[in-house]
Amino acid sequence: MSERAAAAAPTPNVTRTDPMQPAPWRVVRTEPETHDAFKLTLAPVEAGPPFTFEAGQFNMLFAPGVGEAALSMSGCSGTVDRVVHTIRAAGRVTKTLRTLKRGDVLGLRGPFGKPWPVGLAEGRDVLLVAGGIGLAPLRPALCHMLEHRERFGRVNLLYGARSPQDILFAKEIETWRGRFDVSVEVTVDRAGADWHGRVGVVTTLVPRAQFDPANTVAFICGPEIMMHFTQRELERHGVPDESVWVSMERNMKCGVGFCGHCQFGPLFVCKDGPVFRYDRVAPLLGIREV
Amino acid sequence: METLEPIVSELPLFKGLKPEHIQIITGCAANARFEAGEFMGRVGGPADRFWIIRQGRVALEIHAPGRGQLTVQTIGENDAVGWSWLVPPYQLRFDIHAVTSTRVLMFDGKCLRGKFANDPELGYELMQRFSQLILRRLEAMSIQLLDLYGDHDGEHE
Repeated sequence: MSERAAAAAPTPNVTRTDPMQPAPWRVVRTEPETHDAFKLTLAPVEAGPPFTFEAGQFNMLFAPGVGEAALSMSGCSGTVDRVVHTIRAAGRVTKTLRTLKRGDVLGLRGPFGKPWPVGLAEGRDVLLVAGGIGLAPLRPALCHMLEHRERFGRVNLLYGARSPQDILFAKEIETWRGRFDVSVEVTVDRAGADWHGRVGVVTTLVPRAQFDPANTVAFICGPEIMMHFTQRELERHGVPDESVWVSMERNMKCGVGFCGHCQFGPLFVCKDGPVFRYDRVAPLLGIREV
Repeated sequence: METLEPIVSELPLFKGLKPEHIQIITGCAANARFEAGEFMGRVGGPADRFWIIRQGRVALEIHAPGRGQLTVQTIGENDAVGWSWLVPPYQLRFDIHAVTSTRVLMFDGKCLRGKFANDPELGYELMQRFSQLILRRLEAMSIQLLDLYGDHDGEHE
């Protein structure tokens, strides 16, 4: 197409239902969570249809002039007027998002992706195994289970962090620990002598959890190696792969399966995932380059 | 008098062993208690015993000059602490420190080593079980070394 023809072409009729078009959302609150993680609470600038999401889904957050990042929601799921993300400032976009102040506006597309199958966990024991920032995408699942506690068997949260300073939702973890209907175990990979909690990898928490392996659903979220070793430990304890779900992280760009950036073998992580049943992705995890 | 035999036979480390082997192991066992903060052993000290935690938590620590005491791993209920008693020169590799008030079953390694000479089958069985323990600890430590949650765990941008 020539430049003239391009100039004459009508402006595409973009609506807010276009998944590629970010909607403006305003920062209503920003709080530090750890030394490198922070909580961002957002509200829509424009009136529109209610925002509804399920535990484990993600949004594409757009920092104008910098770029977009796929970020899972950490607030309780359902129909919400505010969206909460707990984000680790790790790259250009997230480092920019950390500098935002109350009142600043960013772009948001979403929600995208397949959620944690919380319905399948009803009537069964539950293991939520999180590593590092992986606790953020699992928090909505736990939130849902605690809201509907009677629907689930024994609920266990096993969480591994890098150090005591890196523990996410530290105050909330204490609240959860105070409940009699959920078991919470935390471990860190390294600590000084002033830390009186557990030290060791998250897999060492599995034998501490109370669950019936034949009637358990496990949701794992964290770095891929952590998920792999956790699955191995679960297998050692008799939990079949068909009962294990993992949340994968890949280079997501469009969020809707158009662009192929997040292609993982025959799967698109953004559209077919990010939550997958373990046996569906296990053969792909063993491949050095996909 | 109640003996420790039923307790020893139910410990995961010894489960499935022949009754006569459980009897020998129990003969080298005793109850013990450590207060929070108490050291059960120090690096370089004699490794002539091992412990199985019944209640409480124990830390394996190492002293790093300029960084103080660093915890490498903590060990809780039903887990065994100490394998240096199996391998010459029978010296502890870590400081062993009770994090909380801790009740343990303490096993005399020197006594057990003596029994192995007369009962190689028991020696082989225990060596197998401790090898699995060492393997699991080694695997856990190698995962820790990967620093899974470090900066490389960042999102793709």
